[in-house]
Amino acid sequence: MSLLQVEGLGISFGGVTAVNDVSFGLETGKIVSVIGPNGAGKTTLFNMISGVYLPKSGRVRLDGEDVTGLRPDLLAVRGMSRTFQNLQIFHEMSVLENVIVGFHMHERGPVLADLFGLPGSRRRARAAAEGARVLLERVGLERAAEREAGALSYGALKRLEIARALAARPRVLLLDEPAAGCNAVETEEIDRLICEVAKTGVAILLVEHDMKLVMRLSDTIVVLDHGEKIAEGDPALVSRDPKVIEAYLGAGTTEALHAHG
Amino acid sequence: MRLSPKQSTLLVLAVLMIASPFFFPSNYYYRVGSLVFVNSIAVVGIVILTGYAGQISLGHAGFLGIGGYACALLPAHFGLPPALAVVAGAALSGAIAYVVGRPILKLKGYYLAVATLGFGVLVSMVLANEGWLTGGPDGIKVPDPGLRALLEQVGIELTNPQFWYAFCGLVLFIGAWLALNLRESPTGRALRALHGSEVAARTAGIDVAKAKLNAFVISAVYASVAGSLLALQNRLITPDVAGFMHSIELVTMAVLGGAGSVLGGIFGAALLTLLPQVLTVLQDYEHVVLGLVMMLVMIFLPAGLIPSARRLLRGRGE
Repeated sequence: MSLLQVEGLGISFGGVTAVNDVSFGLETGKIVSVIGPNGAGKTTLFNMISGVYLPKSGRVRLDGEDVTGLRPDLLAVRGMSRTFQNLQIFHEMSVLENVIVGFHMHERGPVLADLFGLPGSRRRARAAAEGARVLLERVGLERAAEREAGALSYGALKRLEIARALAARPRVLLLDEPAAGCNAVETEEIDRLICEVAKTGVAILLVEHDMKLVMRLSDTIVVLDHGEKIAEGDPALVSRDPKVIEAYLGAGTTEALHAHG
Repeated sequence: MRLSPKQSTLLVLAVLMIASPFFFPSNYYYRVGSLVFVNSIAVVGIVILTGYAGQISLGHAGFLGIGGYACALLPAHFGLPPALAVVAGAALSGAIAYVVGRPILKLKGYYLAVATLGFGVLVSMVLANEGWLTGGPDGIKVPDPGLRALLEQVGIELTNPQFWYAFCGLVLFIGAWLALNLRESPTGRALRALHGSEVAARTAGIDVAKAKLNAFVISAVYASVAGSLLALQNRLITPDVAGFMHSIELVTMAVLGGAGSVLGGIFGAALLTLLPQVLTVLQDYEHVVLGLVMMLVMIFLPAGLIPSARRLLRGRGE
């Protein structure tokens, strides 16, 4: 049984089926990518797995436990974390504080202790701040720690989101278009970061439009079209799949698919 | 040595509190000063709820009413010492905030505003209409807590306004200290996070509903204590305290001074308490000028007075 198991997941909005009967599994330390044209239901699928939407059918299992439709904060406790396609940054807070929030589950304690600034409360906050600085270093943002998050560049914010998600020490990490809107250098940094994270034993589910990135990183690719899974397999297999090429990729992207090898 | 923002805020507050009386020409100014402090205590609660957590309440004066009437009714009916009635009132307000907050904090934005407004109206209606218990619209007498007499026994003699100035000042100082502790703590950070993005806060493992409820209960306790102090020093409480206008006033104070900052909230409270006193020289035009000042601040300094001033100073320094 996989660490994350998606079984027959489906949802419809106002009678229109957005995702229908999608199944796949994700193992520890592996990278699975979900690709498909715009409107194929990738982000919808993500939102169902991460508890933002309640699926109409199907199950999501995390380490065997049924977590379908569980609130995102309860999923976080069980080891699932995510980033967002349209950034969700705490703009008014410093870069460091953004990451400290990611440590919330490890730093939270009694409200009264926090109000009175008891030593225990300060110790928890200090430990989280130290951990956050280590993560900022890992994503190369240590020098921006004290800046207001809203002042960072787009690519830096993408990495900040990943750092915040990692702060929760997830077993499963969902990355929703981490390289979207990034330039080549930033994409490369994110590429390297994702590889490193996977090596530490985190299972990564990736939605991404950058085909080069997907082909290079993924252990398995799941292809969606019109809300249905049309192919699944390793990059080489998927890129040769006539159904994938015909139904969705088109000539331009086919070149990109073969560019990696 | 560099002071942290918390230390510098507390230092500014302490200096202003201690230095101001040297410029007071009469006892009346102590009275105005303690009113500033009482409003500030309630506004610091609003800073936690609105400034930190981004949730609005247009009914917080209801908790002032509960705290105030607790000091009148608990001593009269249960023989509780008035000083303890402050604590009991705060506990009651916290409990009511917990029960009321659970369902209504699920609402967002102006729906939440209207729901809290309804709560405030409800409290002031009950206080005005249940005359057999509350004395109705004319209000009810509040007993003397006897704290000043206690001080006299140990040789500290203060006039009544001086005593309340010192006492409310002390309570405000403690209230500000707690709010500043909270700001940089895990609980406070969770509040500020959900203010920025609820969905991201959830993903970080924050129980958003619980965090909002924490803020609502804490701010209700602040309001309740402010109401109690107001009742005790006036020796009288009327349903107006819990009224809609008072709730609006509290939110305005917080927003004007800068809802995100404790010092800003206190500054806003001071400004809106003192300005009407100063503007009485303008007589008929008092409210016009007051309204104008508020509009100008919001147009030109939308973050509120203190945060805008800080940004300006920081800009110069760089």
